[in-house]
Amino acid sequence: MARAFEVRRQRGFVTVAILCFIALYAPMVTLVAYSFNAGSSLALWEGFSLRWYGAAWENEAVQEATIRSVVVAVSASVLATAIATMAALGTTRVPHYRGLTAVYALINQPLMVPEIVTGVALLVVFAIVKEATGYHGLFYLIAAHTAFCIPFAYLPIRARLQGMDSRLEAAAADLYASPWAAFRHVTLPLMFPGIIAGAMLAFVISLDDVVITEFVKSAGQDTLPTYMLGQLRRVVTPEINAISTVLLAISVAIVSIFFLVTRKRT
Amino acid sequence: MDQDSISPARAAETPQETPAAQAVPAIDVLNVSKLFGEGQSAVRALDDVSVAIGENAFFTLLGPSGCGKTTLLRLIAGFDHPSAGQILLRGEDISELPPNQRSVNTVFQSYALFPHMTVRQNIGFGPKMLGWDKARIDRTVTDMLALVRMEALADRRTDQISGGQQQRVALARALAPRPKVLLLDEPLSALDYKLRKEMQTELKRLQHETGITFIFVTHDQEEALTMSDRIAVMSAGRILQIGSPREIYLHPRERFVADFIGDTNFLAAEVIEAGGGMARLRLAGGGEAEATVPEGVAATGRVTASVRPEQARLVAPGQGALTGRVAGRVYFGTDTLVTLRLADDSAFTLRVQNSLTDGEPPGEGAEAGIALAPGALQVLRD
Repeated sequence: MARAFEVRRQRGFVTVAILCFIALYAPMVTLVAYSFNAGSSLALWEGFSLRWYGAAWENEAVQEATIRSVVVAVSASVLATAIATMAALGTTRVPHYRGLTAVYALINQPLMVPEIVTGVALLVVFAIVKEATGYHGLFYLIAAHTAFCIPFAYLPIRARLQGMDSRLEAAAADLYASPWAAFRHVTLPLMFPGIIAGAMLAFVISLDDVVITEFVKSAGQDTLPTYMLGQLRRVVTPEINAISTVLLAISVAIVSIFFLVTRKRT
Repeated sequence: MDQDSISPARAAETPQETPAAQAVPAIDVLNVSKLFGEGQSAVRALDDVSVAIGENAFFTLLGPSGCGKTTLLRLIAGFDHPSAGQILLRGEDISELPPNQRSVNTVFQSYALFPHMTVRQNIGFGPKMLGWDKARIDRTVTDMLALVRMEALADRRTDQISGGQQQRVALARALAPRPKVLLLDEPLSALDYKLRKEMQTELKRLQHETGITFIFVTHDQEEALTMSDRIAVMSAGRILQIGSPREIYLHPRERFVADFIGDTNFLAAEVIEAGGGMARLRLAGGGEAEATVPEGVAATGRVTASVRPEQARLVAPGQGALTGRVAGRVYFGTDTLVTLRLADDSAFTLRVQNSLTDGEPPGEGAEAGIALAPGALQVLRD
């Protein structure tokens, strides 16, 4: 009897699948494992210990970079989410207008532009601004992160709005809600899961960024990822594994919450 | 006026709808046209429509999909604005007001209940937006829950209740702010047959108890006939005829109306003489008969006349206005549909009520006469 083609039943499918997962996760497992190494080698196991977590925790440079990372990520994700929410409303809750597709493309374009190009562009522009204003603070990093986080925040919010029945807003208007009241009592509560998802995605993207940060940051403005990159040029100890492991855990946690929030409630 | 409570007495206070005595209609649609699109490609969804809908009426807009009935409803609700003409609500021009500034509420086809609110919060939404005080909102919501018998499920989310229950909540939500007019956009189409029958009765009861004018949109002629005080039959953006269900059914003016509502026989005929709302016709199927001529229909030359299947009777051959040969019988329990072929080879269907005493109608091939009830034959405008 002829059976429908099923990729799962092809010879070697399981083997290939397992190899793929090993390629994906083996490096991370190794990284996490060696973060618990008692010795100071990245390749030689000398027993279990939490000493590198302690070392990282007490390292003032790590503390400073971590706080800076969080400040930048929180500021950038809040700003990006606010802008993305307005953009999502402006591209879904309006009658179709000429250039809507172009606007949509422009909002998402930063996803396609090579990061290094954005980095160089910002370096040049901010150099001019720094020259003109004399200001060298954290604003440049926050602005840059906000900019590249916008499309990431925009996508889940827009998806949420598109999945939302626009007749609900018509019903609110029919029941004497002014446009603002309809937005506050109906649209906003219903798009809220999208907003949370967008904010979390933006937060993780900002927290992870190396390339653009490397170009934009002033001296002494290391975030955690750029600090780690800097450390790799010197003596490498499992301390870097410990920091990576914590960063990984935070990312996994936030992405998990993201999926829980965006999962359709039935 | 006490807007708080739904009192059955109000229905009696409001004068019965008689077009002559009605000073100001609840809704007055004056020469309204609606075009979608621009220039050459514009679609005329409504074409110079006028209709006055009285207070405390169950009024139905009936027509096939695309006839403009939903467009007219959207114009009254304020979701769209007329391209030409005016819509008056109790004499006040509301054509350009947004939906939230009209005392008109809608029951949507999809219900459009707010999924993030409970049944109670949904019902209380309109009153809350109107800025009523909390005690009055609570009292209204309690009244409405009782009116649609949903007290037990008041604190459920709307996705935790059945389709029929959602329908009731949608009704209660639209009635809670005490609108002057309630619009219903095919609200029963998503329900199964039994529930639909129940809700038809329920809607009639609610209209009667609240005394609010209901404007009901449907494509279901049976629904329209059983529920309405008055019906407007629409086709291609125009209102063809407005009247009571009985008038529409018994005295359709146009072929479209006769065809769309109920079953009917169309007979080609020639006018022998006409006058005083009557005409004597020579039927193409053989024989002569008296027919009524509705106002505004020209009865000269060749015309089409119609007669309902239950308004004709089988008689002995040679008697009655027409003679034919039985071409088929379909048994329906309470009655039998008998199809005869007439002299001009056209078909004529009769509805014969089955009874124990009369025996079966004549079988296939038998010759039979057809007698038409007085006034049953009707000249139509093509």
